[in-house]
Amino acid sequence: MHRVTVRLGEATVLQDVSFELARGCFLAVVGPNGAGKSTLVKVALGLVTPHSGHAALFGVDAGAGPERIGYVPQLKTFDRTFPATALELVATGLRRRWPARVAAPEREQARAALSRVGAEHLERRQLARLSGGELQRAYLARALARRPQLVLLDEPATGVDFLAEHDLYDLLEVYQRDTGATVVMVTHDLSAARYHADRVLVLNRRVHGFGTPDEVLCESCLERAFGHLGHHHALAF
Amino acid sequence: MSLADALHLAFMQRALAAGALIAVMAGLLGVFVVQRRLSFLGAGLAHAAFGGMGLGAFVIVSSGLLASGVGLLRHPLWIAAPFSLLAALGIAWVREHTELSSDTAIGVFFAVSVALGVLFFSIIPPDVNLGLSLMDLLFGSILAVTGPDLIAIAVVAAVAVTFLLGLWGRLGYATFDDELARTDGVPTRLLEYLLFACAALVIAVSSVVVGIILMAAYLVIPAASARLLARSLAQMTALSVLLALLSTVVGLALSYLVDVPSGSAIVLVQAALFLVAAALARR
Repeated sequence: MHRVTVRLGEATVLQDVSFELARGCFLAVVGPNGAGKSTLVKVALGLVTPHSGHAALFGVDAGAGPERIGYVPQLKTFDRTFPATALELVATGLRRRWPARVAAPEREQARAALSRVGAEHLERRQLARLSGGELQRAYLARALARRPQLVLLDEPATGVDFLAEHDLYDLLEVYQRDTGATVVMVTHDLSAARYHADRVLVLNRRVHGFGTPDEVLCESCLERAFGHLGHHHALAF
Repeated sequence: MSLADALHLAFMQRALAAGALIAVMAGLLGVFVVQRRLSFLGAGLAHAAFGGMGLGAFVIVSSGLLASGVGLLRHPLWIAAPFSLLAALGIAWVREHTELSSDTAIGVFFAVSVALGVLFFSIIPPDVNLGLSLMDLLFGSILAVTGPDLIAIAVVAAVAVTFLLGLWGRLGYATFDDELARTDGVPTRLLEYLLFACAALVIAVSSVVVGIILMAAYLVIPAASARLLARSLAQMTALSVLLALLSTVVGLALSYLVDVPSGSAIVLVQAALFLVAAALARR
């Protein structure tokens, strides 16, 4: 990203955000509520056009190559009244449209993706009946089904329990190790950023730190972004 | 005369053909209306059609087109359809560009259209015979479907079914999660405008037959019943069309046998099927 500024109405959501990420990195984006973390992901996906500056992935404009990206959205956007099975959700990751019928080759690919995240037993289950952790696995399987070179996750641990959260990070690390993919994850969890990411971006509308966890997750940097550190819970790692 | 004999009558054949086409269109469209929580859209656009019909009737009477030999030109539908289309696009625009909710946007167009409809119908001299009464418009008269009505319904059905089936996968994806679909290159905004435009045309041509007041039910009840029974969007779509077709055929038969308005009979059959679906879904 190069000097990306995003304005929504009168508000400046991102200001002059610049950073460059090498292939194969695991980047955690941290910051307080309203810091522009999700907007940053939307810029990378090509869903939000910057007011100024430029965002590119793999040398092409953001949004130009959706087949190279696997996206795991926040679970709160999910409509539980929609009639769908986990297999159909995963198939959207392969077909990029809703399947009327999942054909045999796609079914095998979708099953393999579910199996990769330990969710093969969810294949025929209705999405509405899945727990937060199961739903998160189904969405991750969908994102990984087309073997993306970049995995973008927007607060993937929201609404899932401790074990499911750590399973998720393990699965991401295995996928990254196997494929050399880049992972970008928005999170509130500073411990997860500390232990799972090899790069951390501290954001609060502008970049307050970008580097390794040791360099960036320091008291002064976090205080600049968060304003204060509460009861120092943030640094309890 | 028995029901079998009645099937040989031209008006009954037209009614069945029109009813079947409307059922297929409404059944397909209803899936997206229900899943996108736009049930009020059907009522809003049907009332927009009423405003368009009023304007169309006024234009036809005041311009002398009533004496035209071309049946379709004497029909207010050719003005009502584009009027409804504009209302639908207006609602979609307000949804996209303002912070107003869908219900509020639809409510504004709903009220203005009814006011315009009443205004135009009130200034047409009462002795003018449009071949279409206000009661027919409000409650439908499927047994009075004319040749030009059937042509208009068939043309819109061809366009609507092609659009809804051709883009079903993309519409389904955008309905499931607009943002996720956009990340995969689905033009969700364009699809929403096209869906609203399609709904406007379907409702405008169908409301002449089913009635403005009952058209909203046609769009919602079969799809809602299908949702109760379906495990996938494809199943929901197939069931919605089947239930709309079944209710149309049974409703028309009841309308003929018991001599009740066809629109009421069809919607009451749909309601009965909904109750059956709800009972089955609870088991």
